[in-house]
Amino acid sequence: MSSFHPHLLDRRLRVARAVVWLVIGVFVVVFFRTQILEHGKYRLQSELNRLRPIPLPAPRGLIMDRNGKVLAENVPGYTVSLLPGDEDSLRATLRRLAPLVKLDSAELTRVLLRHSRAPYLPVTVLTNAKFELVSALQERRVIFPGLLIQPEPKRHYPDSSLVAHLIGYVGEVTEAERGQRRFTGVRLGGVVGKDGLERQYDDSLRGADGMRFVEVSALGRVVREAGAASTLLPVAGQPLRTTIDLDLQRYVAQIFPAGQRGALLALNPNTGEILALYSSPGFDPNAFVGGIDPGAWRRLNESESHPLFDRSIQARYPPGSTWKLAVAAIALKRGLVTFRSHMPIPCRGGLQYGTRFFRCWSAQGHGDLALADAIAQSCDVYFYQLGLKIGLSSLLEEANRIGFHTRTGVDLPGEITPEFPAGTEYYDRAYGPRRWTSAVTLNLAIGQGENAQTLVNMVRFYQMLASDGRARAPFLVHPASNTDVTLGLSPDQLAGLRQAMISVVERGTARGAGRFGGTITIAGKTGTAQNPHGPAHGWFIAFAPADKPEIVAGAIIEFAREGPFVAPLVTRVIGHYLGVDTTIASHMRIVLPTDTAPRPMPILPGLPTEDTTVTDTSHADTTRTDTTGATPTPRNR
Amino acid sequence: MRPRLREIDRPLAGVVVALAAYGLAALYSAGQTDVPTFVTTIWHKQLIWLAVGAIAAFLMFGLSPRLLEWATPYAYAIAVLVLLLTLAVGTGGGTAASSKSWITLGGLRLGQPAELAKLAVILMLARWLAERREPPATLRDLVYPSIIVGVPFALVVLQPDLGSAIVFIAILFAMLYWAGTKASLLLLFGSPAIGLALAFSTAAWGAWIILLFALLLWWRPYVWEGLSVMLANIVMGIVAVPFWRRLAPYQQNRLLAFLNPEVDPRATGWHVIQSKIAIGSGGFLGKGFTQGPQKRLAFLPAQHTDFIFPVVGEELGFLGVVIALALFAVLTLMLLRIARRATDAFSSLCVFGIAGMLFTHIVENVGMTVNLLPITGIPLPFFSYGGSFLLACSLAVGIALRVAWDSRQSGYAEL
Repeated sequence: MSSFHPHLLDRRLRVARAVVWLVIGVFVVVFFRTQILEHGKYRLQSELNRLRPIPLPAPRGLIMDRNGKVLAENVPGYTVSLLPGDEDSLRATLRRLAPLVKLDSAELTRVLLRHSRAPYLPVTVLTNAKFELVSALQERRVIFPGLLIQPEPKRHYPDSSLVAHLIGYVGEVTEAERGQRRFTGVRLGGVVGKDGLERQYDDSLRGADGMRFVEVSALGRVVREAGAASTLLPVAGQPLRTTIDLDLQRYVAQIFPAGQRGALLALNPNTGEILALYSSPGFDPNAFVGGIDPGAWRRLNESESHPLFDRSIQARYPPGSTWKLAVAAIALKRGLVTFRSHMPIPCRGGLQYGTRFFRCWSAQGHGDLALADAIAQSCDVYFYQLGLKIGLSSLLEEANRIGFHTRTGVDLPGEITPEFPAGTEYYDRAYGPRRWTSAVTLNLAIGQGENAQTLVNMVRFYQMLASDGRARAPFLVHPASNTDVTLGLSPDQLAGLRQAMISVVERGTARGAGRFGGTITIAGKTGTAQNPHGPAHGWFIAFAPADKPEIVAGAIIEFAREGPFVAPLVTRVIGHYLGVDTTIASHMRIVLPTDTAPRPMPILPGLPTEDTTVTDTSHADTTRTDTTGATPTPRNR
Repeated sequence: MRPRLREIDRPLAGVVVALAAYGLAALYSAGQTDVPTFVTTIWHKQLIWLAVGAIAAFLMFGLSPRLLEWATPYAYAIAVLVLLLTLAVGTGGGTAASSKSWITLGGLRLGQPAELAKLAVILMLARWLAERREPPATLRDLVYPSIIVGVPFALVVLQPDLGSAIVFIAILFAMLYWAGTKASLLLLFGSPAIGLALAFSTAAWGAWIILLFALLLWWRPYVWEGLSVMLANIVMGIVAVPFWRRLAPYQQNRLLAFLNPEVDPRATGWHVIQSKIAIGSGGFLGKGFTQGPQKRLAFLPAQHTDFIFPVVGEELGFLGVVIALALFAVLTLMLLRIARRATDAFSSLCVFGIAGMLFTHIVENVGMTVNLLPITGIPLPFFSYGGSFLLACSLAVGIALRVAWDSRQSGYAEL
């Protein structure tokens, strides 16, 4: 038994002991490294392992009208979400949830997509859950690991569609928006303003989301609210006080002809504060809260009347006769005419210019008129000649200076620039140098031709007329940096223009109690915009009281046939604002000229009348959503 | 002469009792989770198994090594038969539900025969090596012990239970070494395994073949030995890739996750990552007994069996780990001393085999919790819950106690 000789055994024993000590020594070193040297790292991982952050959404700031009445508020809602886990278990939980929550496959895909974007945040399954559903889920929460139901402030618009275009709406932030600077810091799935004031003032309305932590088990079940980790409370958004007069806004919505497309804008001429802004048709902004149903979204977008479209700032219409006052103001400023000036050729129902005959809207003719009467009668022949007298380049220069080529800078998203030539080069570009004649001046002088204005821009021009001649940018919360654009007219000239407008409206009398003893004087101007797709669009812009205006209001109604159709609407709004008893508003008699503008004359000599390019801009330029159709072919009426 | 209880080897018995108590405490803690599971009360069962184990150890203590030696072939035959039976009718359990490691009788899971088979293999090897007067000197001498280990090894691999299979190999090498086999022969014997491990890199494998060739020239074994060793290594290089493909996906994943746990942190790497987080977050003194959040929130997988050591690491910290490792070291060294002092070759080999088996379990289990070794899923002696293994450990300790008693009786008392 030599191999078991004690001497040999001792040698092997030493080796075996050395192996044991070596291995144990290695273990001690490894555990020392793991538990002592890398302790911090693993402790952090352990915390991350078991603590799940849950965003606490901040309530958005209230939006109020000028008197503190609420336009947008928050009501309690419930959000159903799932704590993150691996995708397979999430899928399994969603499948079990699907019959209760009524998720279709498209929504399931969306939920999984949300999860893949932010795998460490709870994934929202349903915002805006009904209370019955919430209680049903609570009963079964044992079978849904990681189910999280939390109360979440939900946006609510008490006046819904009435203030839709003004307030806009909110929705979940999109991937693209998160890349923009204005939405930095918005968490995934956060709610941001999508349109209107909600979007414009999103920064201050949004507030800052908070965060709380829950402790979860490996299966993703919430074990307890983590007491150790501090909760970050949400900071509510700033309230927003607007210049809107909710009472007036409601009144506008109430009397706006049902089913008509158009817009109405009222502002304080002395400050630029917007009192009412209404676009028809409206939509229900509450439908967007918590994600709009795709069917409803499609209906809104595909509707022929484009309800999402704010017609007060996003649609362009040829200003028609409402623009004649601009021509008059320019001529007065340049000192070319006075209110008593006559034009060389009296109105005989039209004006022969070159080889063409430019008609007046009144076939019988107005005879020989002074400027004041020409405004009142809206005589086209007078303004053809006035335009020629000013000259095209001066006309364009002055009009650009007054702001017919720029946005008003109203604090709403999506305002479009009016269509107006910046100078005579415009015509060179459009037709080629020397391929056009002064006929363009004639069209321009009566508000036709290459001229399409937004309602807000036209109302701002009348605001200048109604005040001391200085432009004040229309605004809802904060005015845009004020420009020093003025009409450059003397107080007498301004008063004369107002007087001429009063003659347009004649006298609007309203019986009943009122600050003005039951009678107000409204100064205004109608306009009719040629529309190649059907009846013309009607304009009316007015202010009152005429001697010391407190409100200027303008409206455009699509397919309204004529401006006079629009006038009662605007005058009633003005009357309401000024405290005249509008229950008998139908007693207000308004006599207006039917100054439907003549069809625009072709400018290119020798070309057929169906010249498309010339009057491209003479229909409502609503290319953004193409309200009036795509073919800009003018037609004889 | 029958041994009496008070003549027991106190140091060994003391360290085993300490380990059993420590292990039971760890198992109790492993059940203290925020969401109670069946693990919560499993320490009750472990207590019963400990009692059964104490009785088994006492019976082995009373059993003469001569009787044991006589009974060894029968025990071995029974073990092989039961392993065959397991393969035929065995069921899965726990985390390895698709394997066949359990003998189930009428829905009652009786145990894992592989654990007891380890003991049978130790006895059989000890008997064979003790009967030879000389240590194995050539590869041919190793054929018979290879068969003794190879049969149960193959049966266990087929279950498949990779962890236990590795223990069989460790036992074989440990006992061959203790029997006096030269290191060079053991290296040649084990060289195909090295060839297999290195076959995944052509350069490493080529270098190994050249080194092996040089060693063969130097040691000058029989020509046929040298040729067969060389051939075996080359064959390993060829079959390595098909062999890899034959491995079950979870086995492949475990090996890959060992190399880089972050490859798939949610699935395969999960065990290792969570285990390291638990251990690392324990720090020096730990989070306090039963207070570990990783364990409480069930982030630790199999925290009552294979991954019970991270519970110790998380709750009792580095200190608790060092104490446990010290107890394990003392246990192994005690067994080594008993093996050294044994009165006969069979007893000595038995105890050394037992030491090898327990130490392999300790190294493999503790090593995998800190990603020092791949995950193989074998229990930690006296800590992990499991009747069969605890019984096997108890029987082994009983044998060692008897051997210690015998050597003391023959005057090897205080040397």
